[in-house]
Amino acid sequence: MENITVKVNGAEISVPKGTTVLEAAHMAGFEIPTLCYMKEINEIGACRICVTEVNEGRGFRLVAGCVYPCSPNMEILTASPKVIESRKKTLELILSTHDRKCLSCVRSGNCELQKLCKDYGIEDASKYDGVKNSYEIDNSAAHMYRDNNKCILCRRCVAVCSKTQGIGVIGANERGFKTFIGSAFDMGLGETNCVSCGQCIAVCPVGAIAEKDYTKPVLEAIADPEKTVLVQTAPAVRAGLGECFGLPIGTNVEGKMVAALRKLGFDKVFDTDFAADLTIMEEANEFLDRVKNGGKLPLITSCSPGWVKYCEHYFPDMTENLSSCKSPQQMFGATAKTYYAEKMGIDPKNIVMVSIMPCTAKKFEIGRDDQSAAGVPDVDYALTTRELGRMIERAGINFLGLEDEKFDDPLGISTGAGVIFGATGGVMEAALRTAVYTLTGENPIDFPEVRGTDGIKEATYNVAGMDVKVAVASGLANARELLEKVQKGEADYQFIEIMGCPGGCVNGGGQPQVAMGIRNFVDIREKRAKVLYDLDASMPLRQSHENPAIKAVYEEYFGEPGSHKAHEVLHTTYVKRSVN
Amino acid sequence: MNSAKATVPFKGTKEQEAQLLEIIAEKKDTQGALMPILQKAQEIYGYLPIEVQKIISDNTGIPMEKIYGVVTFYAQFSLYPKGEYTISVCLGTACYVKGSGDIYDKLQEKLGISGGECTADGKFSLEACRCIGACGLAPVLTVNEDVYGRLTVDDVDRIIEKYTA
Repeated sequence: MENITVKVNGAEISVPKGTTVLEAAHMAGFEIPTLCYMKEINEIGACRICVTEVNEGRGFRLVAGCVYPCSPNMEILTASPKVIESRKKTLELILSTHDRKCLSCVRSGNCELQKLCKDYGIEDASKYDGVKNSYEIDNSAAHMYRDNNKCILCRRCVAVCSKTQGIGVIGANERGFKTFIGSAFDMGLGETNCVSCGQCIAVCPVGAIAEKDYTKPVLEAIADPEKTVLVQTAPAVRAGLGECFGLPIGTNVEGKMVAALRKLGFDKVFDTDFAADLTIMEEANEFLDRVKNGGKLPLITSCSPGWVKYCEHYFPDMTENLSSCKSPQQMFGATAKTYYAEKMGIDPKNIVMVSIMPCTAKKFEIGRDDQSAAGVPDVDYALTTRELGRMIERAGINFLGLEDEKFDDPLGISTGAGVIFGATGGVMEAALRTAVYTLTGENPIDFPEVRGTDGIKEATYNVAGMDVKVAVASGLANARELLEKVQKGEADYQFIEIMGCPGGCVNGGGQPQVAMGIRNFVDIREKRAKVLYDLDASMPLRQSHENPAIKAVYEEYFGEPGSHKAHEVLHTTYVKRSVN
Repeated sequence: MNSAKATVPFKGTKEQEAQLLEIIAEKKDTQGALMPILQKAQEIYGYLPIEVQKIISDNTGIPMEKIYGVVTFYAQFSLYPKGEYTISVCLGTACYVKGSGDIYDKLQEKLGISGGECTADGKFSLEACRCIGACGLAPVLTVNEDVYGRLTVDDVDRIIEKYTA
């Protein structure tokens, strides 16, 4: 790659040709602020907060640093008085149509706009007050709301929805001052084919979109002596929760998380990883059954409710390819309210099942049909990682000072196969570990071909004389690409893992928001996934079928994988939906 | 599929749909196809209701929201049909300073629609227009070919009544 020399704030630096002003400044140790810019996803240069002075031999002028390419010998000033004045004015203009209700905003403290206002010393937030737009809050979706009074029209949500996820149910409507982000014909989000993935929330710089908060009813259930309140935590939560308390991205806080949940007053602190192991038992069995008995192939995983809803909308002809297994969240709730309730002599009606998920689609999933094994909903409340962070803060728990604690038995016992469910390829690898064992009696552990953050991964394994072709996709635009190949007959996989969010659950829509200034340069998917793979490597048991609690649940309750009882409790059905 | 915007019941015909599908088939694989498709669709139907946008979305793979975003961005596209009577209120300078803005507001209130829309019974559509060269009569409005001048807000009821009878 050809290099060119530029000067950033007076110091020369050599950068590859094609480098943007923003990237060159970053390499030189100066951060240029951004609001609309998302590398490769939203490079529209629209918000103008990144304006930077450059001189290409014709004197200094302001350009949009996020998209403007460096030229040889360019002089760049990232924070000159003119630059700072311009950015400040941009902020004042954004504030002129913003509701500025920071004190009651869910993003107060980690809002990108709020931080910029502080950084640039905004003295008068109402400097350019005039006519303001006023919007009703859209509460129509199960998992989130939109408050356009806080929207700054950066279009990051629009970009992830249409490009990363290939859905595009939100976009800019109207024009000029009247522009707002919404859906076709001003439909509520709940009426569209939004799949609830929450990637829009994860990238929103402000508090314009957020998950619906269910922390209050959970705290009320905990305070109710009649109720047994159980909590389960998804694999990816332990890899993200620490960020709510200032820990570096990629810190494992499993022990502290368990301790905090206990301090919050949950009666039992269990692990969704247990149900991940259970999923593998059922799904590996389903896979082998379909292979042996000529069932519908490829079998496609059903752990990700965002993906499942996407399949129902966009590939309704392929819902039979979906595994009939409930997701681990739902399997957990179903097992807790049947097997565990019976074992402990608790009426399932008095169990409140709370799940902590890196996911917003889980809020939609708990209300799906055929998700109530004990006659009551398998899961009562699905909270995001962010909501748990808020609960811990609100309860005055000193999270960083907590001693590590362990999950409760028996539904807190899990293997390395369960914990890697939180990363793309993890379900596939876990399934392969058990499927290969079942077919050959051998115990291979590592399947590196299906690891990593690539959007689509493929591998072929020779198992007991049979070639097993597998594929893994994460992010729904990637899923679509893969499935179109399958539909056209260009690929003949037997088993496919699909996760709705890019990189899998570690990068789920319910995980702590990371400022785009960091995300543009750090791969959060990789850092959080490493937590899970390190945990897997450190665990004594790494195959789901070796989990003693899983063995017990089959011996005592389900009989064997795929049994009639297992089907009643652990499996579900799908519907065909249309595209709006 | 519900639209938050109430409008006149859709009366598209099979012939119109066939015509639209032909245009889509012809243009859909070219870059920037959406604008010419929307222009043709509006020629065919006279406006671009949800039913028409759905046909375009289903047959191009372009998400509905993207189409709706384009339609609401450009003033040349309309989500509403023209009514049996089109009321145009001149908001040109002379009429405006003589109070045509108040007349326009009164009409919106009276008809229960915003400018650019059509009443649900298909009777009236309302629009603002630029100077029609009758400044001497300001403020002015037209109902189809009929011109009404030197108006006050109080004249609005009388004019509407004339066409509802």
